[in-house]
Amino acid sequence: MAEIKELQAKEKVAATVPPEQTKPGPVFNPNVDILETEKDIIMLADIPGVKPEDLVIDLRDDTLTLTGEVKQASRQNAEDILMEYQVGSYHRQFTLAEMIDQNNIDASLNNGVLRLTLPKAEKAKPRQITVRAG
Amino acid sequence: MILKRMLDFPNYGWRSAFDDLERMRRDMDRLFGQVVGRAYWPTHAGVFPLVNISEDKENFFISAELPGLESREIQISATGKNLTISGERRIASEGENVKYHRREREGGQFNRVIALPNDIEVDKIQASYSNGILSITVPKAEAAKPKQISIK
Repeated sequence: MAEIKELQAKEKVAATVPPEQTKPGPVFNPNVDILETEKDIIMLADIPGVKPEDLVIDLRDDTLTLTGEVKQASRQNAEDILMEYQVGSYHRQFTLAEMIDQNNIDASLNNGVLRLTLPKAEKAKPRQITVRAG
Repeated sequence: MILKRMLDFPNYGWRSAFDDLERMRRDMDRLFGQVVGRAYWPTHAGVFPLVNISEDKENFFISAELPGLESREIQISATGKNLTISGERRIASEGENVKYHRREREGGQFNRVIALPNDIEVDKIQASYSNGILSITVPKAEAAKPKQISIK
């Protein structure tokens, strides 16, 4: 078995394309894994603090946009003594190279990790092409 | 400075000039933040997970971002003034026949000790985990709570 490595502390990275915001505040780039199986494109994103109702996933043409707002309950009379990480919204945008079957997109949010399954449209699935002799 | 740089390197386009401005703006923001007392960046221990700590008269409140764990996978222990958060984040395998386009999420072990400024009530610590955020409420020991002193 592979050796288990230590997790490194990392500061969040500011979003490269910050969206137009109605409320001011920092916007971060969530860490994502994007992988492809024969049928689907799967995207996993770490968005701790985002509740399902505050997450917006938008697929328009070939642009996938992910926006998650973090609503922090502020404690009254509590004073900050150490702030190592910032709390803010998440935003990231991708251009998809494949055609997606828009009707069968599945998204689930579990313990701060979004799992988005984007099924490839029929014509984008790989097909074996047989060459006829003639 | 920007002008000088542009003169020194004729190929330095407008884009980099604007990048400089952007960086200056961010630096200024950070400086102002420190003056106002919201010193975000200068201090972090460099140990996963990063934590935010606040306090009121009775308790310390500790929060940490730990996406993708189960609550049973996080261990919290406490002695005297110290609180330890440890566990392991596992990134599940997606199977054999997958191709990765991006892989930014990381798994691994973590073990962090937080030394609090006062003694704590070790038996009354409460922790909750939701949406990937760990929140711990640590009551201060009786002796560490501020006392009102009346003047006779």
